[in-house]
Amino acid sequence: MDYCPHTQADTADMLLQAGVGRVEELFSDIPDKFRLKKIPDMPPALSEQETAALLKTIGARNRQPRLTLTGAGAYAHYIPAVVGHLVGRAEFYTAYTPYQAELSQGILQAIYEYQTMMARLTGMDVANASMYDGASAMAEAAVLCARISNRNKLLIARSVHPEYREVVGAYCRANGYELEEIPFGTAGQLDSFTVLNQIDDTVAAVILQSPNFFGCLEDVEQIAGSARAKGALLIAGFTDGTALGIVKPAGECGADFVVGEGQSFGNPLNYGGPYLGVFAAREKYLRRIPGRLAGRTVDKNGRPGYVLTLQTREQHIRREKATSNICSNEALCALAAGIYLAALGKNLRKLALLNVYKAQYLKSKLLQLPGWKDVFSAPGYNEFVVTCPDAQAVNEKLEQEGIIGGYELAPDYPELESALLFCATELVLKEDIDQIVRILK
Amino acid sequence: MSKPNSSDRLYSKDHEWVQSQADGSAVVGITDYAQEMLTDIVFVELPDVGRVVAKGEAMAVVESVKSVSDVYAPLGGEIIDVNRALEDKPELINSDAFGEGWIAKIQPADPEEMAALLSAVDYDALIQQEKH
Amino acid sequence: MELIFEKSKTGRCAADVPRSDVPEIALETLIDAKYLRDDLDLPEVSEIDLVRHYTNLSRRNFGVDMGFYPLGSCTMKYNPKVNETLAAQPEFTSLHPYAPDSFAQGNLQLLHTMQRLLGNIFGMAEFTLQPAAGAHGELTGVMMIKKYFEHKGEKRRLILIPDTAHGTNPASGALCGFETVTLRSNAEGGVDLDHLAELMTEDVAALMLTNPNTLGLFERNIEKVAQLVHEKGGLLYGDGANANAFLGKTRPGDLGFDVIQLNLHKTFSTPHGGGGPGSGPVGVSAKLVDFLPIPRIVRKGQEFHWSENFPLTIGRVRAFYGNFSVIVKAYAYIRSLGAEGLIRASEMAVLNANYIKERLKAHFELPYDRVCMHECVFSGRRQVAESGVHTTDMAKRLIDFGYHPPTIYFPLIVPEAIMIEPTETESKETLDRFCNAMIAIAREAKDNPQKVKDAPHYTPVSRLDEVLAARKPDVCWKKP
Repeated sequence: MDYCPHTQADTADMLLQAGVGRVEELFSDIPDKFRLKKIPDMPPALSEQETAALLKTIGARNRQPRLTLTGAGAYAHYIPAVVGHLVGRAEFYTAYTPYQAELSQGILQAIYEYQTMMARLTGMDVANASMYDGASAMAEAAVLCARISNRNKLLIARSVHPEYREVVGAYCRANGYELEEIPFGTAGQLDSFTVLNQIDDTVAAVILQSPNFFGCLEDVEQIAGSARAKGALLIAGFTDGTALGIVKPAGECGADFVVGEGQSFGNPLNYGGPYLGVFAAREKYLRRIPGRLAGRTVDKNGRPGYVLTLQTREQHIRREKATSNICSNEALCALAAGIYLAALGKNLRKLALLNVYKAQYLKSKLLQLPGWKDVFSAPGYNEFVVTCPDAQAVNEKLEQEGIIGGYELAPDYPELESALLFCATELVLKEDIDQIVRILK
Repeated sequence: MSKPNSSDRLYSKDHEWVQSQADGSAVVGITDYAQEMLTDIVFVELPDVGRVVAKGEAMAVVESVKSVSDVYAPLGGEIIDVNRALEDKPELINSDAFGEGWIAKIQPADPEEMAALLSAVDYDALIQQEKH
Repeated sequence: MELIFEKSKTGRCAADVPRSDVPEIALETLIDAKYLRDDLDLPEVSEIDLVRHYTNLSRRNFGVDMGFYPLGSCTMKYNPKVNETLAAQPEFTSLHPYAPDSFAQGNLQLLHTMQRLLGNIFGMAEFTLQPAAGAHGELTGVMMIKKYFEHKGEKRRLILIPDTAHGTNPASGALCGFETVTLRSNAEGGVDLDHLAELMTEDVAALMLTNPNTLGLFERNIEKVAQLVHEKGGLLYGDGANANAFLGKTRPGDLGFDVIQLNLHKTFSTPHGGGGPGSGPVGVSAKLVDFLPIPRIVRKGQEFHWSENFPLTIGRVRAFYGNFSVIVKAYAYIRSLGAEGLIRASEMAVLNANYIKERLKAHFELPYDRVCMHECVFSGRRQVAESGVHTTDMAKRLIDFGYHPPTIYFPLIVPEAIMIEPTETESKETLDRFCNAMIAIAREAKDNPQKVKDAPHYTPVSRLDEVLAARKPDVCWKKP
């Protein structure tokens, strides 16, 4: 199936009008020696039915878990049916970037509303139209802080997602900036004195996540104070966005930038993508932030309308001096997030509370198992770290029952031997938890 | 039609103007011809007061909706004042490039550099050439 | 239209939350009040209000499913419905990225096969599917170039970029600390070889080339270009934004490219979602394989596994593995078309572009009059001179005829540029109607220029005040 509507007669007619005898002649600019005879090792065309069958077969090679107890940067939440129906409208998903505002008021307004929701959730003044994911949003914020402050070192909490630290590292290396880790304290949080001591006058920003990778909340206000005292900026990330239903927004705690993964807002796990990079900032950095911005204005008759604005920041105008090279973003995921949050409204708080209760219940039950111990004392959201006699054996046991267990921390954190990071969202039921404990007994 | 380039000041070939003050300082802005080319100016990034710039160094940025241009220091020296009014009203450059739309005041490090700038007549000739 | 916030009324909601089946604990006993928020300011609407709000927003949006969308360089081809259905299967959507490999054999097999197929189509030794979009792929590619020279112990500061290039190229170079130098085009719209020979020194890390370029023209001297770059030890980077022009006709790997990035949302038909998600796979020649981002898929017999054991890697450019569900759609598309379908797609895309070029060249200035590839670039200069009607005016007038305008004012080297990319999925009838509209607008520009300058006339809003939007930015709504 090739989706080309050309009949033989059409092709003949068009070739005639284009003034060429054969289709091949249209490719005569390609030097002969580089002309391909056939694509090597390429299977033949399939009918729609065959394609569907093929993809079903591939999908069936996956093993469907009965339950997922891993979070670690990607979260299984219930997505109300209304989200999929609205995001699935072809007027939205078959559009390109809204370069022609008059034809794109729908997505532009939806993005403007999304930006507003993100600013409110994070306690910041402004938010952009999205970045690729939480990790690249954090990396772009880091690079930006170095440029703003003319300093070349970034400090990143070891309690930040290990892959995020690697991504920030890759962006820093490319730019020639230094990246240094800040250790976490025994409570599973940063210690503000350690942070204060580690900041020197070459440090552009301190980067943390709250909730952090261990599910613990950081004392953002204290760390922001330490950073400010040394003239450094604060980039505050978050792991599961639904935590913002109850957690004090980093913007209210003195963060200069808030970045995080917005997948939890109405986007499926999708084996890791597409996800949604949330990027929010203080107003004074508005003209420096990366990515697209939808802005509200008026048309020539005075009616309100929306455009992509402050485009001089972007690569298509500022080229090598642009604030970032980002072009395509994750607009449809941002649309899903907006719909999801508008659907829940104040129920986001209820949902967040339910996540806390589930995690507390799972944790209390696991700690009743012989040899299992709590690791961190800092308050947390829907994830927590426990140690057990044999982490690998625990996960294998759970896998046999179709359950994806906790995230093993030792490969990333040798200091956390035999530790598992568990997550329980609203999708985990009491009877599941009781059964898990029975399996592990 | 842009406003005439007055002989009470000097010009650079990058379309900045410079007007010497009685106290030895020099006020700098962009010409009316330059603002016309840029169209509606939406934002001006001003230099920090106290910054020392070299002649020809980018010292400010003017933005329209779809373009960005650096403003080059026509003289080397210290920035001693900037036009804060442009922060809220960048359009002052469009309405009055030679007056209320001034950008910065420089204390020249080397007053001799003034000699290399263009007179109004020479600058007129330059923009006539550019138009063709 | 009212904002969702303006439709909010305290006490409403469109999504409820189940009652807790586990003990509820007073929050303050678990989390100190200093960590908790006081207020949660989100809209409160009923489900029907929510549905109507977004449905009505969607009606103020234009996608490929509504009509012809000849946006140059963006390859707005039809997005087959079956691919949406297939990627939405719970087998693909519900798996956690950290699911053990034993749960994800289907996904891993799909990703692995996709890498191989892309390698075959483009002639590259290996692909990574990690980058989330084209520009992200560029960044990944340039990071690898940087690492390659570091590993060789060479310090190269410069990247050459033709004056026709997309803005992402210089921005990607700059993000990796390279200085970018602009390479001139010759009178035919290709690379100026003399200028390249002059600029190409041992301080140049790479030339970033889009082929066919943004004028829609294939670089005839590609062999010489590659030779000049390689002679000085430089690398040739290929921006694959225009890959729809040559599927099965030639391969960047054979042409001498060392790194290329693709855009699955252009060439391989995945919908662009109103701005994203895209997917930007990067292919490399043998000499760059070691620098690919991690993790990579390793095959052992019939089993697939993720591996991070590649010491020379540039690391990661995002968390997890890439925009997986976008890759599923592109994979389904490639398998549907097969070898013959891919070739036909490029043939019909190029035929459609040449047909439009020939039909319109009597009415608009055609700065480079030669056979084009998948897109053609006109200039609106004649209309500006004749009646003061600019390209932007004609673009807005096209909206009144029911079309999405082409890309305008790009490439920068063509004044008043009109860049038309019809794609292969449009019929002759559609192209004819579009050309008739363009010709009618050219005539109207002479007869009734004001009508064109005031366009569009039938949209929910007329032309918007972009100056106000940039002078007094309002990017987040505040209650009046």
